[in-house]
Amino acid sequence: MSNPELVIRNAQWKGGKVDLLVSEGKVLDLIHTSDAAYEGAVEIAADGLNLLPGLTDVHTHLREPGFEYKEDLESGLSAAAHGGFSNIMCMANTSPVNDNGVITDQMLSRAAKVMPDGPRLFPIGALTKKLEGKELSPMHELAESGCVAFSNDGVPVKNTELFRRAVEYASDTGLPVIDHCEDPYLGLGAGMNEGPTSSRNGLAAQPDIAEASQVARDILLAEYLGTSIHLAHISCKKSVDLIRWGKERGVKITAETCPHYLLLTEESAMDYSSMAKVNPPLRTIEDVHAIMDAVSDGTVDMFATDHAPHAAYEKEVEFVIAPCGISGLDTALSLTWSLVSSGELDFDTFIKAWTVNPCATFGLPVNTFSKGDPADFLLFDAQQEWVVEPGTMYSKGKNTPFAGETLKGRVVSHFLGGKKIV
Amino acid sequence: MEWRHKDLLDVTQLSLDEVRHVFETATYFQEINSRPVKKVPTLKGHSVVLFFAEPSTRTKTSFDMAGKRLSCDTFSLAKSSSSLTKGESLKDTVLTLQAMNPDGIVIRHQASGAAKFIADRLDCSVINAGDGRHAHPTQALLDSLTLTQEWGSLEGKTILILGDIAHSRVARSNSYLLTLLGAKVRLCGPRTLLPRYLKDWPVEVVPDLDEAMKGVDAVMCLRLQLERQHDGLLPDLREYSKYYGLGPRHLDIAGKDVKILHPGPLNRGVEICSELADSASSLILDQVASGVAIRMALLFLYLTRKNQ
Repeated sequence: MSNPELVIRNAQWKGGKVDLLVSEGKVLDLIHTSDAAYEGAVEIAADGLNLLPGLTDVHTHLREPGFEYKEDLESGLSAAAHGGFSNIMCMANTSPVNDNGVITDQMLSRAAKVMPDGPRLFPIGALTKKLEGKELSPMHELAESGCVAFSNDGVPVKNTELFRRAVEYASDTGLPVIDHCEDPYLGLGAGMNEGPTSSRNGLAAQPDIAEASQVARDILLAEYLGTSIHLAHISCKKSVDLIRWGKERGVKITAETCPHYLLLTEESAMDYSSMAKVNPPLRTIEDVHAIMDAVSDGTVDMFATDHAPHAAYEKEVEFVIAPCGISGLDTALSLTWSLVSSGELDFDTFIKAWTVNPCATFGLPVNTFSKGDPADFLLFDAQQEWVVEPGTMYSKGKNTPFAGETLKGRVVSHFLGGKKIV
Repeated sequence: MEWRHKDLLDVTQLSLDEVRHVFETATYFQEINSRPVKKVPTLKGHSVVLFFAEPSTRTKTSFDMAGKRLSCDTFSLAKSSSSLTKGESLKDTVLTLQAMNPDGIVIRHQASGAAKFIADRLDCSVINAGDGRHAHPTQALLDSLTLTQEWGSLEGKTILILGDIAHSRVARSNSYLLTLLGAKVRLCGPRTLLPRYLKDWPVEVVPDLDEAMKGVDAVMCLRLQLERQHDGLLPDLREYSKYYGLGPRHLDIAGKDVKILHPGPLNRGVEICSELADSASSLILDQVASGVAIRMALLFLYLTRKNQ
């Protein structure tokens, strides 16, 4: 790994101009821009473009097998590639559920067939068989087939005793458990925060304590068992207060939040817009501020999209029967970048939240631009404005509350293992 | 007054002047309703679909009668006889109806926001005849008209809304409209049947019914949806009736002039005793009569808005 095969010239990185040298799919070096000549190397001019490591999404619903009309592996991975994601972890709520090694094998072989050049797919195995919350899934087999975590996401385990045993059993595989924190009896799946908006609109609603009470349970359980639990899509202040408390006690918990919990409030559903129906529901401005603070101080470790594509006709129904979810892979990077542009989010925190922390938590390949790291990177035009037009999104899921909004910053090129995939 | 609205989704869309205009128009039509021949050609050539995806006696018949008295062609569609039972979406059902080119669609639906959902997609007027827990604007208008005609004005009056507030579209629309017309609104009901967030509502909450009755000029009883008992929101109907049902002793607290309203259908002996429902204090049947006039006024205003 001595001579670069690929040189990215004159890119912006942390306020300076750099050249990135790539050899055999790995980072060879990241140096201040120079006039050095590299014989035989392919050179790409990146003047005016930002260099970013490829992002990792730990929470994606790719819908294949079973719901290919919403999304399939090809369209989902294509959206990921164009959205800047080098690594994708996909949830198990497919049909059939990814609760055995055959399904995991099928997902991985399909992904290799339809998108051989990536992004990399990392399936998440079901925590319980068929996500029914009755029997543990065969986690050793799932791990052996390539799953990188276990979760009942979308269908919280009602039985705390079984959840405890699932966490214990998962720990034998060395893989983490991701919990969808939602009290299964408290406004389950309402899609609307219990607050002034739901009160005025007359909608069934879920209070924030439905999430926070499960977060509290998981912190206590993680401490008791001495094992880690990852808390998915955190949406409210009460949860981050509890997570902060847990981390101060030394409990091994990690947490994620999603762009929409940083940018939208329950008011987005004021007009019964099903595009703003998501689970957990959008909360209040106080919650948004609390989550922003928690990301900044590291209480919430990482971002995730909770990419949940649905067919247009499924969302174009009465709010109460519309499925929950936002299609997020196409827009997540630009949405969170807006927080960096506005100064609300520190650049280093942004990078940690999308790359370093998720990869560390789930043992995925990460690019920190150190020698030997996988050459997964983006050339990103921070000045480019674009309008979110659902029809042009790469995901089959056009369900976004950001439709029509002008975002700033877009992926120009995406390299995975040194190979250009966008 | 030139009517500028395409749809009636909730009373919150209406200004005080517009509400008064609706009342004036309804009062005019009340005279027609008292004639031996109760039919005028006002809306001849117009058509309206009465799309009731939820069961209804009063509202549906009231709209039907209102339309027919104005010579409007009315077409009734129930959920059970619509393609909704075959799995057709609400969007496709109402687009199908609109393709037949009616002048308006009156909709009742179990989903909050359903009226707005279809109004956003249709060119014809949409009148909300009750959507989930959200709004029941025509009920609120007829309730206010009934009380206005009883007292001359709602200014300074105190009106108690009693019962299942949380699940009531009537309570939501009435809280706003009664306040707009100058009344003070009080709410009473078990905490499980009150919304947790009421800070944006122009009301005061008085949990104890005896306390709530003090100084009120009218009590608006709400139907207790009996399934609430099975939802775990109430222990049983006996206890509900004992502590939140309106009985003769409550009239002693409020005074003999207090008026009693109920949007129906009534559960006699549960939210209101039979004796009071049929008493001289009851305006329940006056509400029904006002309902026809209010709906005549609304059909007239909305269906002819382009011609005014």
